[in-house]
Amino acid sequence: MKLLTGNDLKTGFVTWWTGADWSLHIEDAADVGEAGEAILAVEEAARRVNAPYIIAGEQTPDGPRPAHIKDRIRALGPTVRPDLTLKPADPAAGDWVI
Amino acid sequence: MYKYDEYDQQMVDARVAEFADQVKRRLAGEITEDQFKPLRLMNGLYLQLHAYMLRVAVPYGTLESRQMRMLAHIARKYDRDYGHFTTRQNIQYNWIKLEDAPAILADLASVEMHAIQTSGNCIRNISSDQWAGAAADELTDPRPWAELLRQWSSFHPEFSYLPRKFKIAVIAAEEDRAAMRLHDIGIQIVEKDGVHGAAFYVGGGMGRTPMIAPLIKDFVPLDDLLSYTEACLRVYNRYGRRDNIYKARIKILIHELGADEYRRQVEEEFAHVKSLGIDPPKAEFDRIAAQFAMPPLDASAPDAIDRGDPDFAVWVDQNVAAHKVAGHAIVNISLKPLGGIPGDASSAQIDLMADLAERYSHDELRVTHAQNIVLPHVRKADLFAIWQALDAAGLATPNLDLISDIIACPGLDYCSLANARSIPVAQKIAQRFADPARQRDLGELKLKISGCINACGHHHAGHIGILGVDRKGTENYQLLLGGSGAEDVSLGTITGPGFDEDGIVDAIERVTDKYLAERADGERFVDTYRRVGMAPFKEAIYG
Repeated sequence: MKLLTGNDLKTGFVTWWTGADWSLHIEDAADVGEAGEAILAVEEAARRVNAPYIIAGEQTPDGPRPAHIKDRIRALGPTVRPDLTLKPADPAAGDWVI
Repeated sequence: MYKYDEYDQQMVDARVAEFADQVKRRLAGEITEDQFKPLRLMNGLYLQLHAYMLRVAVPYGTLESRQMRMLAHIARKYDRDYGHFTTRQNIQYNWIKLEDAPAILADLASVEMHAIQTSGNCIRNISSDQWAGAAADELTDPRPWAELLRQWSSFHPEFSYLPRKFKIAVIAAEEDRAAMRLHDIGIQIVEKDGVHGAAFYVGGGMGRTPMIAPLIKDFVPLDDLLSYTEACLRVYNRYGRRDNIYKARIKILIHELGADEYRRQVEEEFAHVKSLGIDPPKAEFDRIAAQFAMPPLDASAPDAIDRGDPDFAVWVDQNVAAHKVAGHAIVNISLKPLGGIPGDASSAQIDLMADLAERYSHDELRVTHAQNIVLPHVRKADLFAIWQALDAAGLATPNLDLISDIIACPGLDYCSLANARSIPVAQKIAQRFADPARQRDLGELKLKISGCINACGHHHAGHIGILGVDRKGTENYQLLLGGSGAEDVSLGTITGPGFDEDGIVDAIERVTDKYLAERADGERFVDTYRRVGMAPFKEAIYG
């Protein structure tokens, strides 16, 4: 699958294209197939996302998982500060990254 | 401490207002990201993995308590309650919102600080010896010269768009505590026939092509320091490559020209530059230098230290250094607690260090390139009270220059350029060597980790260096031995095939075991390595 990701213009936070909007949560990400470039152009022009790009991923029982570790770290947060990730209450959340 | 004059303050205030307007226009959609990116980078604002990152300049690593408190305030109000001290003696915040950036810069300007020229192809923050003005072994305080260079390089119209970024360090002691020869220009204040001058080392650096700066001129009269620096930059600006980012640093130019030809061109340029009169009149330099005068220290203060508490005694032995004034000492605060993140400090810890500086160190702190903090002017009689306060805040780890005093870049946990994580490796190594007695037995051992070839973690200059790479999508770590950023400068050599995260920790333990087996009396790790060579270590690592 292909995922579209970028950063929120105002906050800089990592966001994922859901098919209709942007979400902070990778679980909401949609497979953009071959439409990524077109969505990217529209959304960036509308300032709804900053520095967007398309990545490869796979669908898993837990939801979409980026192929590269860099994007998995972007999706969760720094592996060395679980308290600052999107899942601070889940001590095993870092396993998903590695 | 240097105090802004009206020109300094006007320049910084004007930049704050200018950037506030640029942010407003960006948020309103009046300018694109392509147009905005170079503007935000000129103000130290990067876009990293999780958010915007702001890098704040700390000129030559020197801070007053009120400035340190402002750094804590920014961490608390605008970030996630912590900051990361860097190998360029700066501080970075990892969770900045674009809409908050103008307010942050205004807060910084209120205490004579900014984030200008902490990015971009310009002259970056001038770095120096963190013990400047206090070290028992220094010739003079190098910071007035660093400040002069700061003023000269700030908004320098000719050098705002160099072929690539440019880093300058100034020291004035034989012991190099600033990795001086691994800078684009390293300046050492030296003495010849009773007169002070500057030795210029030009063309050093780390990154993907590490080089040790050759000596270009052994003695430049201090009255010519700015002119000579300008001449060095002009030759680079004219002939440095702009067609290939990987060959754009001055080290490549000097390597390709040869030091002799570069020197010839600099001398030719210097003859012209000197006629332009850019060196300041003596009165102006004296005005700057007067602001770095030694604080009033009582040389009759007690010299004895009560070493009754064994933990305190260990800390004194490891983290306290000799001061040039009797009865005083230099305190080095380790930001490398066991299991911690190298260089990180919470807002409460930053505030505490500011309080201690105000109370015990004549209001002064320093940031070190090894990502620690220094209280430069402390009475020995106050050391126990300082240690108790630091210990209560988790800041009294007695590991300065030991294997767990690791320099580590933010790595793939934060940095968009990184290929591998640095911090977890640093934490695992520190855990493996957690026993303080074992660390002290190993002695001085500088371990440095970079998460990519850009070498922000100075891996080339580590007695033991680690470079994280991406091997087919997985993190892999190369091991280097024999580097040094000190006066015995050298570049590390890769041992062989890399390791995974746990494998690199095991490999380091095999290296240190081999060192213990091979070392002669009084030898540091790097001394033994230089004497016996790579072969026995390679055998120990790979079998």
